[in-house]
Amino acid sequence: MKPILISLFAAILFLPFKGLKAAGIMFISILILLSAVSILKKTKVIDAIKAIRIPEAGRFKAFLIPALLISFLAFPLMLKDYYIDVLIMSGIYTLLALGLNIIVGFTGLLNLGFAAFYAIGAYTYALLNTKLGLGFWTSLPISAGFAALAGLLLAIPALRLRGDYLAIVTLGFGEIVRLVLNNWDSLTNGPNGITGIAPPSLFGVSLGKLNLYYYLVFLLVLLAVIIIRRVESSRIGRAWIAIKENEIAASSMGINTTKYKLYAFAFGTFWAGVAGILFSAKMQFVSPESFTFMESILILSMIILGGLGNIYGAIIGAFILVLLPEVLREVQLYRMLILGIGLVLLMVFRPHGILGGVKGVHFRS
Amino acid sequence: MLLQQLINGLTLGGVYAIIAIGYTMVYGILELINFAHGEIYMLGAYLAIIFLGLFTAMGLTATSLPLALILTAILTIIFCSAYGFTMEKVAYKPLRNAPRLSPLISAIGVSIFLQNYVMLTQGATDKVFPQRFGEAGFQFMNVNVTYLQAMIILVSGLLMFFLHLFIHKTRMGKAMRATAQDKTMAALVGINVDSIISVTFIIGAGLAAVAGIMVASYYGLVNYFIGYIAGIKAFTAAVLGGIGNIPGAMLGGIILGLVESTGAAYISSEYKDAYAFIILIVILLIKPSGILGKTTEEKV
Repeated sequence: MKPILISLFAAILFLPFKGLKAAGIMFISILILLSAVSILKKTKVIDAIKAIRIPEAGRFKAFLIPALLISFLAFPLMLKDYYIDVLIMSGIYTLLALGLNIIVGFTGLLNLGFAAFYAIGAYTYALLNTKLGLGFWTSLPISAGFAALAGLLLAIPALRLRGDYLAIVTLGFGEIVRLVLNNWDSLTNGPNGITGIAPPSLFGVSLGKLNLYYYLVFLLVLLAVIIIRRVESSRIGRAWIAIKENEIAASSMGINTTKYKLYAFAFGTFWAGVAGILFSAKMQFVSPESFTFMESILILSMIILGGLGNIYGAIIGAFILVLLPEVLREVQLYRMLILGIGLVLLMVFRPHGILGGVKGVHFRS
Repeated sequence: MLLQQLINGLTLGGVYAIIAIGYTMVYGILELINFAHGEIYMLGAYLAIIFLGLFTAMGLTATSLPLALILTAILTIIFCSAYGFTMEKVAYKPLRNAPRLSPLISAIGVSIFLQNYVMLTQGATDKVFPQRFGEAGFQFMNVNVTYLQAMIILVSGLLMFFLHLFIHKTRMGKAMRATAQDKTMAALVGINVDSIISVTFIIGAGLAAVAGIMVASYYGLVNYFIGYIAGIKAFTAAVLGGIGNIPGAMLGGIILGLVESTGAAYISSEYKDAYAFIILIVILLIKPSGILGKTTEEKV
């Protein structure tokens, strides 16, 4: 009886927006869903899903990583431009996810305005290139440094706040950056954005061609993974994780929490800046539209999906969320709807993400 | 001119205040920023348009406009309260003992879902409120006040007044205050904490529904993304007044409304939406406990 009442209630909720027929369909599908869930509960399938542990690569690691590297190096030789393009975007999002993972995953500081730092990186190059004529390689450290500086400037006052307050301040910062980019017409050309940004070149060879650009992105992602892994297992990384686990305990162990939180912010936003310059050099165009709140949420979803605090999880999450909509072209319209439901379900059933439970991939306690 | 802006600001502020109450009540009890609260307001605005459209098609609006409006309001409030109730049961209740970030992320998920659900079912273009109330109004100290503005200010004032009575004079209100102070102790003295939380969500959502109806009739246009920005502004109002504090939410909402309308008139209307964010950041950095809030020590 209870499932029928619940389904009826749910169906009535949908009534005003979809009409009678859809509400009927809702009634039946929720009834089926509820019965399925109760059967799954009886047979303990849900507990099994919650308990799934992805096995550590362990013995296979020696074989897996070179295989992956070689296939990623070989992709541009055999794939069409469209796929290379998608892979480049996956790489850029991987950098963003890796950067955000440092702040949210390692240190446990929720940042809801990460797209702002991505925007700062992208616009810095766009402006340096179109107004001052600086090249990609000179701008790369400047863009990343600017993003890191912005992260630091936001973090210095904001870090006095706890958890969700900090999240809201970062959200506000993200919106302010977007509003400024949108309204400061004389500098940023407002909503129309900046066009004619030059692609990078190396030893006189332009990297504007997709397959060459792919290698540039690939190299930077590889570099990021190596550097972030080294930092994660260093003293700084351990301090971050200690702060995440219990800030008071960490500070009583002699960790200067403010200092390490600032490091996390600056280091994380640095990679957002790198992603930003790669984005604007690839598109040769930037506009405020690319850096909305939804973008921040998308990046956050990537690291949550993969498993907070896990470098490989961030990479997997970024690839899944960039590739999935491309594979499922027909459901493009429902992409965000599914993302919303997915976030709730993930939090309820598997709050630690796909790679949740794979702890200490390279440093064991 | 200034007085005119004050009236506009008060109208806006009343709306922000009654949305902010929903945030502050939920935060007071669960310490959760109910990110999807703004979407309930958006759903309220849409439902008002849908139901009033239905009554117009049935011919009820032509026979008796007040009856149609009252029925619309009642149906909208009932549905929105049901949405609020369901939201808590589906997305927050399973996470009550999870790490603090989990319910916040779940709330963002709900918010994205509701926005896109409305976009897909109702279209991405603006929806028009079927009834125009026009510019009819009265003169008050040389300022034009439309009947609608007077109505909004009056209704939000009354709602706040009744809510205050409810919280302070009834048994249920007392139970709510007790739950907000200490959930475990409240449960020990026989308060059903789960149902108190449900009631909180139902009241918050009902208030947001009223705000939605008022905004839909005031501006005449709604869109599926109005909930996000209104939610942030109402949250700002709640923080400004001191989150968890109901009179604070009212005060914060009215201050925010006044700042926004005078700011848009005298400084720059392009940055109208930025004022709320700037106030939010400044208040959080200077006095995170808000105007009427108490500072709390962090517990180990």
